[in-house]
Amino acid sequence: MITKRIIPCLDVKDGRVVKGVNFQGLADVNSPVELAKFYSSCGADELVFYDITASAEGRSLFTGILREAASSVFIPLTVGGGINTVDDFDRVLKCGADKVSVNSGAIRDPSLIHQAAKRYGDQCVVLSVDAKRVEGQFRVFAKGGREDTGLDAIAWIKSGVKNGAGEIVLNSIDTDGVKGGFDLEMLSAVCEAVDVPVIASGGAGCVEDFVTLFETLPKVDAGLAASIFHFGEVKIPELKRALAEQGIPVRM
Amino acid sequence: MLAIVDYGVGNLFSLTCSLKAAGAEVVVTGDEGVLARADRIILPGVGAFGDAAEALRASGLDRAVLREAARGKPLLGICLGMQLLFDYSMEYGRNQGLGLIPGSVQPMRPVVPAQYKVPHIGWNALHFPKDKPVSPLFRHIREGDCVYFVHSFYGADCEANTIATAEYGPELTAAVARDNIYGVQFHPEKSGQVGLNILSAFCKI
Repeated sequence: MITKRIIPCLDVKDGRVVKGVNFQGLADVNSPVELAKFYSSCGADELVFYDITASAEGRSLFTGILREAASSVFIPLTVGGGINTVDDFDRVLKCGADKVSVNSGAIRDPSLIHQAAKRYGDQCVVLSVDAKRVEGQFRVFAKGGREDTGLDAIAWIKSGVKNGAGEIVLNSIDTDGVKGGFDLEMLSAVCEAVDVPVIASGGAGCVEDFVTLFETLPKVDAGLAASIFHFGEVKIPELKRALAEQGIPVRM
Repeated sequence: MLAIVDYGVGNLFSLTCSLKAAGAEVVVTGDEGVLARADRIILPGVGAFGDAAEALRASGLDRAVLREAARGKPLLGICLGMQLLFDYSMEYGRNQGLGLIPGSVQPMRPVVPAQYKVPHIGWNALHFPKDKPVSPLFRHIREGDCVYFVHSFYGADCEANTIATAEYGPELTAAVARDNIYGVQFHPEKSGQVGLNILSAFCKI
């Protein structure tokens, strides 16, 4: 039976993990490679590296780190942030990424999804969407959630899948950071609209939020979070045990 | 020395790293002479079957792989590399494979229930056929261990050579073996310690 995936997300700037990380026993808590090894050993099913660097120097630091992570961590790695062209796909795939997530880059140039899917396969292209309720609609936001694009999220996701996106990461801006649970309503609407894997992001505050997610929406394939893992508020082995106890299939 | 066949498709960085981590001395090569000197060979592959089969033929490495396989050298096909071992595939029309494992490659959609998503992406548990001894490829892992899959087509009509399956509605072919020829549908290089244990077992076959 296919298992539900638990995915920690690391935001990397100038080669370092940003947002505080609070772990005992890690020599360098801001090292993306150290953290990746740590999460892999804890049972993370996949890792997302999100490059929030703006400079060219930062970009090359990032790909160096990606290579180092990919040579020591043997679980799927997804890379996002600053992916605007097929060349950007090429750059990170060569360094060991398995999947590439596009967000603002695909909003600026919707043909990017199709171009990348044609070259690397649908399974390689992840469409990441930041969405928020506006006037009774789920609206797509760009630039890290700062800019309302006017696009309807469901229509945007459907067209992304039609063009070759093999997976969707749905980040609800409404629940992000609130730690009150995932946005079940928005996720349900997306799961009904497309039949590719959907990864829930934004809102998890505790173990029970993941249990509720997978029990309420069996179509959701994975749960993604950042700070609750980084701060040890949710420990992956405990989370997986709790899911297994509720009869939710997980990789132990 | 273990040789990874480089016929110009896909990225071999993670595979090379994982084999090194599993303790292998690895060379990535498109050279027939190096394949002839290697103790064992890995045939990787990503993308569409027809393109990969054509690239393998165009490079002439199909003949080299067949020759080394016929000499009894252990050969492991991974993902599309496994599919290439079969007689033919029905992905985007009918394309010939290497014919090392009897069977064909068929689309998954008609055989999996509607509520199962295609592609089959994620970690799924391996099941070993009850009527066969456990393959030496799996000597360091256990029944039920999870490995990472990404595929839309599957190996069909190959029950006699199936050494592992994964439940996705029906039990789908997860691994095959025939004499010195092995194939895994999943990605051992992305399957954590379980995957490394499988690669390390292959290095000792």
